[in-house]
This record gives sequence, structure tokens and C-alpha cells, in this order.
Amino acid sequence: MSLIATLARLEAVSTGRAQPAATVRHRHLSTRPLVFVPLITAGEAGAPLGALVGTDRDAPRLLAVPQPRDRDLRFAFLAELADVVLPYIDGFADVVEPAERSETDPETGKRVKVEVELCADAPQLIVPSRAGIDLVRLLGRSTRFRRTAEQDPETPFPAPPRVPLLGRWLTHFGERARVPGSSLLLAMTDVLGRHWATGQSSLEDQHLGALLAWIAPPEGRSGAEAAQEAELARDAAGQLLCPPAGPATDPAFDNRLLAPAIERYDRARTALAAAEDGLEADDRLGALTAAEREIRALVASRTRPTWDAVWQGLDLLRELPEGSRVEERWTRDRWSFTGHRDRVASGEPPQPRRDDAVTAANKLATREREQSRLEAQEALDDPLVMAARRLSGEAFAGEVVDVVMAYSESKRPSPRPLVTVRTDDGPHLGERARAYRSLGGKPQTVEFVGYEDGPEGGLLVLRVLDRMGRGKEPEPGSVPEKGDRLCFTLFEHEPRGGAKLPDPEETPWTHGGPPGEEPAPEPADQVTEEDIL
Amino acid sequence: MPAKALDARALAALAANPGCRRRAILDGAGVNKAALAGALGSPSAFGQSQFALVRGNAFEAKVKADGGTELLRLAHEKLDRGSEPPAEARVPDLTAQGPQGRTARTELALREAAGAPGAWTLLDHPMLALDVAGSPAFLEPDAVVVHPDGSWTVVEIKSFPLLDGAADPAKVGAAARQAAVYVLALEQVAARVEPAPRVRHRILLVCPKDFSNLPTASAVDVRKQRAVTARQLARLTRIEEIADALPEGTCFSPDLPAEQLTRAVEAVPAAYAPECLSACELAFHCRDRSRAEGAVTSLGRPVRAELGGLTTVEDVLAAARGEAGDPDDPAVAALRRAAALRAEALGTASREVAPCP
Amino acid sequence: MTAPATPAVFDPGAEATRATEAILHDTLHGTARGVVVDSPPGAGKSTLVVRAALELAEAGRPLMVVAQTNAQVDDLVLRLAEKNPDLPVGRLHSSDTDPYDKALDSLDHVRKSAKAADLAGLPVVISTAAKWAHVKGVEPWQHAIVDEAYQMRSDALLAVAGLFERALFVGDPGQLDPFSIVGAEQWAGLSYDPSGSAVTTLLAHNPGLPQHRLPVSWRLPASAAPLVSDAFYPYTPFRSGTGHGDRGLAFSVASDASAPDRVIDEAAASGWGLLQLPARHTPRTDPEAVRAVAQVVRRLLDREGASTSERSPDPTPLSADRIAVGTAHRDQAAAIRAALAELGVTDVVVDTANRLQGREYDVTVVLHPLSGRPDATAFHLETGRLCVLASRHRHACIVVCREGVTDLLDDYPSTEPVQLGTLVKFPDGWEANHAVLAHLSEHRVTWRP
Repeated sequence: MSLIATLARLEAVSTGRAQPAATVRHRHLSTRPLVFVPLITAGEAGAPLGALVGTDRDAPRLLAVPQPRDRDLRFAFLAELADVVLPYIDGFADVVEPAERSETDPETGKRVKVEVELCADAPQLIVPSRAGIDLVRLLGRSTRFRRTAEQDPETPFPAPPRVPLLGRWLTHFGERARVPGSSLLLAMTDVLGRHWATGQSSLEDQHLGALLAWIAPPEGRSGAEAAQEAELARDAAGQLLCPPAGPATDPAFDNRLLAPAIERYDRARTALAAAEDGLEADDRLGALTAAEREIRALVASRTRPTWDAVWQGLDLLRELPEGSRVEERWTRDRWSFTGHRDRVASGEPPQPRRDDAVTAANKLATREREQSRLEAQEALDDPLVMAARRLSGEAFAGEVVDVVMAYSESKRPSPRPLVTVRTDDGPHLGERARAYRSLGGKPQTVEFVGYEDGPEGGLLVLRVLDRMGRGKEPEPGSVPEKGDRLCFTLFEHEPRGGAKLPDPEETPWTHGGPPGEEPAPEPADQVTEEDIL
Repeated sequence: MPAKALDARALAALAANPGCRRRAILDGAGVNKAALAGALGSPSAFGQSQFALVRGNAFEAKVKADGGTELLRLAHEKLDRGSEPPAEARVPDLTAQGPQGRTARTELALREAAGAPGAWTLLDHPMLALDVAGSPAFLEPDAVVVHPDGSWTVVEIKSFPLLDGAADPAKVGAAARQAAVYVLALEQVAARVEPAPRVRHRILLVCPKDFSNLPTASAVDVRKQRAVTARQLARLTRIEEIADALPEGTCFSPDLPAEQLTRAVEAVPAAYAPECLSACELAFHCRDRSRAEGAVTSLGRPVRAELGGLTTVEDVLAAARGEAGDPDDPAVAALRRAAALRAEALGTASREVAPCP
Repeated sequence: MTAPATPAVFDPGAEATRATEAILHDTLHGTARGVVVDSPPGAGKSTLVVRAALELAEAGRPLMVVAQTNAQVDDLVLRLAEKNPDLPVGRLHSSDTDPYDKALDSLDHVRKSAKAADLAGLPVVISTAAKWAHVKGVEPWQHAIVDEAYQMRSDALLAVAGLFERALFVGDPGQLDPFSIVGAEQWAGLSYDPSGSAVTTLLAHNPGLPQHRLPVSWRLPASAAPLVSDAFYPYTPFRSGTGHGDRGLAFSVASDASAPDRVIDEAAASGWGLLQLPARHTPRTDPEAVRAVAQVVRRLLDREGASTSERSPDPTPLSADRIAVGTAHRDQAAAIRAALAELGVTDVVVDTANRLQGREYDVTVVLHPLSGRPDATAFHLETGRLCVLASRHRHACIVVCREGVTDLLDDYPSTEPVQLGTLVKFPDGWEANHAVLAHLSEHRVTWRP
């Protein structure tokens, strides 16, 4: 943690309120995000118990599984979830704008520009916490290989029609969320934690209620008190006043409220099955419905506070102005969304269980590149982030005190002006080190020439190397002027693209060789009488 | 006060914060920390959902059903392919009176297996004794398998899934640390058998496969965890030294008035860090204390890395504001620099002028 | 039963020759597509690479050499030219400014280009893995040598492995592992985990490849090889190529009885020295420790040391270029450079473990990675870091450290997550750190500045 971040946390302790960790918003927020607050059943690898989901903060759709171990009820839950999520996604798939993309021409092998469609906007999924992102991935994994009756009439337990497609989309969202700076799927605790420093540890920040208590404590109370209450306070019946954001539930809720309710539901169902005539069946159906309603009410009572908290978090985040480079990163998300839309449309099989060697290497390269991009862009967008980089010697800001015109030694001399900058920062500048400043959104490169009066003097002489036009005289505005306040970074503003990896069919012998024959479509998971999800 | 028997989970958890003397002495003395935390007014938040419990038991029963056929098949497949497949395995009856009796019965069964090599033996819920700080702790692994070559393997049965061959690394880590305790206990038994059988350092972790409840397994190398636990146990014997430093008559009985109890607990120094919240029953008590003292570590261990000798929130802030601290101390100098840069950035932001447009 | 092996006197020269011959035989005449060579610190890895390159070239096998950094590439080019000035060598470089060492310009038979096509047909072409990854659409080379293969990431090998048919992989498994700046847990346990080491992937997919080990360290003195071998290479031990009396370090200026002088004398006599400062929590750039390091270096120079070794009968002066300072962090290195400059020392190398990998000096002064820290972290406990710092010297290593590191290690929480299917890496950083500290404590000089 940078000392600046540490100081922010300590100030939060001392003032009783979270302190800014950013001055702009570093993540894209959709005008119409889909919020998803799921709950799972303890001990059963992500078996859903219920969820609130939707785009309208006042009218979430409540989904509940009255008996989480019943396969049919689980499928019904997933089908209902698909009914909410897929139309939402489809709403973004059809609105497109023309765009260009470089592709390798299969005949000539040259890079050529191709006209393609780019979705004008993309869906955005918001879950309360990081564990919610893991559940999205798990749901994706559990459903994308399911077979519907239409795909395979022989399948013993056919999934409802749109469930495998839901799985493919959730998988895509889950994978995209691993790309630094992406915003297709966000965890509210992560985004809030990026923008505010609380007076507790980042571990405790995983509790959405406690985190919000620090950022926006109730009138007249300190963040510390409010956070502790959100974490621990229980009512007379021993239930947490602020239920955990899930997807795991509080054991006290499971044992005292949920388990008896599920038992009543099971009994009502057994009784209904044993009904001997219509009249009795009607009565018992009533009892079953009541038992189911009770479970739905329990699920609603544990998810609604979290649902409201997520929207409160969105409100808080929207108050921050968006960083100027956020839009560019969101465009990458739109490309990602459009790409998956196209893969689904072209009938490609679901994402495999495990990446092959080339895909894994490509994903890692992308994520490393995006991580560098994110770090650079956040610093350029936000003086508070840049302050941490200045503190660590990776950037420096200062005033131009002198500019001397100079030229390169070549047949056609180009301008290479020498700029002297006075700074209080202590950048780690090696001999001929490069530094960059943002000039009209593009990086201008300078080279470190030396200290005017020793390393302690704070006077740096820099030689400007580029972005001054083609002529002998630099273009107006392209050379710093005396009195300018400038900020230079030692890191590059745009990550360099890596080398292209071989195609999977050309996987070398060191990595197991090509995958071989046309890969068979991945089999569905084995289905047993008593499966978990 | 009846001592709470240390189980493998508690022993494995010693490694979570070995610098905490409070935990070491309370565990070493067999104090029930959950009851103590309740009596101190900061109850622990550890509870188990009955759904998880039921599920776990059902899975374990399924794994061991039918004389452990499936379990032994997995042990053969994952650990010992070179040997005869287990056709007829011995499953000795291990029931006996009390922990001592069960421990003796287990040792006898292990000796019998050692005396008749060439066959597979499954010990279902054996009991092992491990010397912890001078008194025996009784440990009950899910199972121990004796291979035809006479070697022993610890079996851990967990209900988290093995999804496409991978599992939650935190949970596997916890299982490995727990299994390492059993390995150490088995090694003590093995040392008493002539010739000493080999205790395998790869244990068998059995979990549900993907989304089914079919058992699958993975071999887990626990050499590192074994080494860690062994040295933590060796350190525990130093408890007498800590205890000697306690005031005469210090007692941790939950029946004492909260005030007296608090004094007793405070007499032993703690090393609270947020990680304790998921590893120790006393964590909420220690957190309150740590926060009240303004300890920077209540915000996380890494926080103090750059703070040098400054340990409290107020000291750090005073140094950063220039009200205290030696400006030649690089920690103080860095803090002032950080505070100035932070103030500048927040000031710049409020004027809405970014340094890098 | 064969006759019991007589406890023969260990002849390092013969052992090393035997290993080298076997490696060259497998490389030149074997049938396997790959040969893997583990080389502990100073075991003659570069010599082996140069020799293999020359023999492959002589056999008329077009060879590409893959190294990890530009400095390593330039170093190999210079060594090749030194051994065989007439051998045409291609240096493939990037299109950045100053892409290669200017010293290469004076070599007649070294051709430099940013385009692989310009170097086609040369018997040996050398470049970095990053640059090789951009080479496309060429005939594959018959042979490759991959240097520092344990520091190469699996995905980097994936990018270049299509360029060669067979390869010799050489590296030191005890040094720092490659890393990625983003999480790669998703692929942990896969044989081709892109963030893992190239050798791990290679051997997972080709378990039958011949594996060799260079058994003798020519760099580490007899005082250091056993410790480094036990602590960092517990399952692949090596020996020192020299005996206890073969090397010596002496100073013409007598000790002034100060702690720096005493630790220098201790290190000169025993090969190791620990200058221990009082326990205290400090930030990384602990001024006292930084000054202590600088003073030790200053005294090393002032006392006009000279080393004797098997290399030459006459004493060699311990000049500034034969001394290096190693740290864990860059800011520590910067602080020490500044402190040295104040004492008028400007030409002693001060760098982090990462950058000292593969380098060799007569005397090293190390700021212990855990000195003054309030807590240990996985970074500071990484075995490779300490291994690099403790194995750069031919004569002596002086460690500057605050008291209290043993307790710090004892208090280190060990709750690491475990990824199924991954190989457990040995030795454990904790154990290795304890082993080194225990040894150093026998050569301790305490100092209250």
C-alpha cells in the first residue's frame, strides 16, 4: 500500500469518515446496469437459494428456490434468471455502429482494415461483492454445458431452453471481470474500495454494509460505530440487522429461520402428494403455497437490504466525475461484448472448461497489458493517483524555468529543445532515462539530460524528442514554455503490444503440440440423482 | 474449568498468527476461546450452517460406504498405482472406551497392519494422540489408509467441490494444514513400530466432483505444512516461559466477572491483525482493544511496513502534519512528503485542474 | 553386486568435465528434442553455452540463441567472439535507441540488425526471447540454446518454440522465478500455465528429456558452496571447485578495530560476515543500515585489499569493479548509491537481486531483505532473492542486518493457499532464511553506530 493510501486510511480513523482515494471515477457506470444480488445454500457449491435481480431499483425481481436440493426447482430458478438477464443483454446486441478492425488477410497474410459492427453500448452487471463475481462464474460453468431437450432428446434431465445460453453469457462476464479496468461485471465492494479509503482494513471492506457505513455514516454517528453495527448487531431473535451481502448466508439465519421453513415446505409437499381427493389437494396446495411464500419472504428479507445498498453505492459513485480515459476502456468492453455476441450468433460451442496453452497465454498477455494501461490511465486521469506515483519516484511534477532551443545533429536537423524543470519530487532517473508528458492526450517523450546543479538541487534538464511536427521549427504549443506546470511520468502511457502467439493448431512441442483432431464438443457434466447445482 | 481439547483444526490454526502470545498461551492451556470471547462481551462469529453439516456428513458417508471401496480405489489411483488394486480391504473395528482407549485401539490396528503387509487396510475415524506443549491432544482424522507396502496415508474428506480438477486454494490450504497435523501424529506412532512404517507426505484429499456428489480425489503434498506445524508445535513448549511472566493467579475462567477476565486476558500480549477475524474466536475482542489503542496494524499488517517505529494512528498523523517526529527519520520525512502530495492533489482536484490533461 | 565404491577424492575438474561431455553428447548426438541443464551459481553455465554454441556451429547446425535480457545477449556475443573471433555471429536487436552494447561495434564478424532476414544464413544468431517472439515466417533453426530458461516464462517459450526443432535449455533453478503482474491462479495446475517457468512446462509435456546438472561451482568458495547448496539446492547438491586454502583475501591497511573493519576481517578469514545493528523497526531505506553498508564498502576500498585465487599466482587488487552491493528493493539501492557518493565511492555496482542475477564479484555487501522490517512478506521470503544475494561472490559476502530477524521469521503467518496440481517448490523460503541466518550468526560483529 502506498503511504498516501495509508495516510487516507489513518485520516479516516481519525475523522470517523472514509476519505477520498480517488478524485474521479475510474470505472464506467452504465445508465441502466443490471443489479444481481444472489444467495446460495451453505455446503452446496453454489446451489442458488434465491436472488433479487433487475434494472429498476424500486422493482427488483425476486427469485427463490424453496427447496435448493430439488433439481426441477433449481432449473426453474435458472430459467427465470435467464428470462431477466438474456432480454437485458439482447437489448444491447442490436444497436450497433460501424467500426474498423485490423485483421490478417488469410490470402495475403497482410494486416488489413475491415469494416465491422461495434455495439453502441454494452450491458453491465453489478453484484454486491467479489464472492458474487465468483458465483457468476460458477453459475456460468454449471449451466453452459447443460443440454436442452431440443439439443439432445435423450438427455436424462434436460435443461430449460435458454439456460445453456445464460451460462455462456455469465461465463463471458466472469472472464471479462478478470481483465484489469474492465466494467462489464463489477463488484460493488471493489469499486467503492477503489474510490474511498475507510478506517478499517481492506479485508473488512469486503462487507458492503460496513464499507458504506464508513463512506456515508448515518447522521450524527461515526463510521467506526456504524460499521461495527453493520457487521455485528443482531435483533432479539439473534438475526443480523444488516444481513451479509452474500451469496453466503449467516448460519444463524440458516439454522433458525431457513431450515424450519424448508422443512415446512417439504412436509407440505409430501402432504400434497399424498392427498387423496381434490378437496384435500386444494387445501394442501394452499399450505404448500403458504410455505413457499414464507421462503420467498425470507429470501426477500435477506436480499433487499443488500439490493438497496448496491443502489446507494451506485448513487455515491455517480457523484464522482468520470475519469477522462474511462470511456476508452469502456470501448474495449464494448468490443469484448460484441465479440461474444458474434461468437454466439455464429454457433460456436460454449467456452471450454479449461483454456488451451495458446488461449491461456493470450489471455495473460491481454491482462498484463490492460493492467499497465489501467495504472497509467488512472494516474493521468487523477492527481491523487499521480501523487502516489510521484511519491514512489515514478513521476514528477514541476515548473518549467528555462527553455533553450537546440537541434539534432543530422543532415536535416530536427528540433530537440532543452527544458529545465524545477521539481520537489525525487524521480528515479537513470542516465538518458525517458519520461513522458501528456500533450493533447498523446504522450510526448523527453530524455533526461542531467541535473543543473546536482541531484539535490531539484533542477532537471530534459530534452524533448517528439511530437513537434515535421518542420525545422516546432509546431506552436508543442514545446513547453517558461512558467508551465507540467507532470512527467517515467512509465509509458500506452502499453506496447506483445508479439503474436502461434495459432492453437501450431502449438509447439514444448507445450504439448497441437490439440490434434477436431476437438469434440465438450460433454455435459455427469448428472447424478443428487447433484449439487 | 474443563480444558477444551485441541483438535487438528486448532493446531493448524496456530500457524495463522504465530506471533500472538495470547493465542499461544490460551490454546496451550486448553482455554475454550469461544466461551471466553462470549464472557468478554465480544462473542465470536463462528457458526456452522446445519445445511453444510448435513451435506458434509452425507458426503463422507457416501465416500466410506461399502467398506470404503470407493475411497480405497481413489487411494490406489491417485497415490499408489504400482501396487495391487484393493480387492479385499481390511476395515478393523476401532471402537473403544474414551480417547485413550481409542488411541490404543488405533495403534494396535496399525501394528497389526504392519505385521501383515501386502494388503490394503482402511482405518475409519482412527484416533491419534499428539504431544502438544506437554499434554496429549487427541486427533481424529477422517481416515487413514495402510498401503500394501506398509506405508500410511492420511485421508481428508471435504465437501467443497473439485471443479474441473481445481478447488478453492484457501480451502485446500486449510485442509493441507489440518492433514499435516495428522501426519505428525502418525509419525509419532510410526516411530514406535519396528521397523518404522513410512508415513506418506502426500495426503489424499477427497471431494465431490464438479456439480455431482460423486467422490473424486487429489494427492496433496503437505511437506511444507508439516514443517510449519512441526516448528509451531516446538515453539508452543515455550509457553511456560510466557506463563511465568503472568501475574500470579491469572485465570481465564469464563465464570469470572467480565472486568476481571478482561484484566487476565490483557495480561498476555496479543498481536491482532485483521486476518485473525477468520481464524480466532477472540478476534473481535482483540480488534476492539487494538482499535482503542490506535494501533495501525488494526488496518492490516502491510500498513506498518513503511512507518518505521511509528505504531499508532495519532503518532503517524502527528508526524505527517509536522507536529511530531524527527524530520531526519526517513519514515517521518516520507510521511510529510506523502501528506503534502496528498493535500496538493486534493486541492488541485477541487480546483478541477488535472496536472496531465 | 559391484565392488563398493571407494570414497574417492572428489575431483571437481573431472566431475565437471564428465558432466559437460555428457551434456554436449546429448546435445550434438542425442535423439531427444530437448536437453535440460541445471546450473547452480557460478557452475560454468556461460562457458557451457559458449562451448555448445561453438560446437554446434562447427557441426554446421544453424543455431539460434535465446537469452532473457539484452545485457545477457551482448555478454554472450562478446564471449563467443572472444573464443572464436572468426565465427560470424548475428545480433538480432530491437528498434529502440541504443539496442545493444556499443562494444559489439568493434567486432568484425558480428552482424547487427533489427530484422531476422538480414541475419539469415549466419551460423549463430543471438537475441532476447522478447525479440525472437516477433520473428515470423522463417525456416525453423535446427538448433536453439535457451539461456536462463528457469527465469523464462512459459508463455515466452510458447512464442518462440516454433522457431527451432531442438533445443538445449540451460538455467539456474535456485534463482528468482518469473512472475506476472496480474493474477494467473486460473491456470495454476495446468501443465502449460503461462505464468510458470518455461522448464516446468517443457518437462511436464516431455518428461523423458535428458536432464543434467553441473556439479561444481567455480565461483563460490569452499566457505560458501556447502551453505548455498544445503539451503537452496537441498535435492540437487553441488560442490565448490576450489578448496579451503585455494583463495585468500588480505588487506594491506590494518584494521582500526571499528565494527566495519572487524566484519571485513571476519569475512576475509571465513568467507562470511554479519554486521548486526540493534533491533529496530525502520522503513526500507533505514539510514543507519544504509550508512553501514556504505562504510563497509568504503573501508573495503580504503584498506587496499588483494585477493589470491587459483586464477593467478599473483594477488589481484580488490578494486571497485570487483565489489557489489545487493538489496531487495530499488529505493534501497538508490539510497545506498547516494550514501556511497557522499563517501566518494561512485564506481561500485549497487543493484537489486533481480538485476544481479548471473553476475559475479570478489566481495559482495548485502543489505538483508528482512533487516528492520516490522513483518516478513512472501516477497522478502522468496528463496531465489536470498539465493541470488548470497551467491554472487568469489571470496566473501558481508551481510548487514538488524537484530530480530529470527523472531520475525518465527512470527510469520503461514497460511498460504494451495493450488491443486502444482509442484511444491523447495526449499521453503522460511527454512532457507533460517539456515542462512544460523550460519551468519557464527560470523557476527555487532555494532551500535
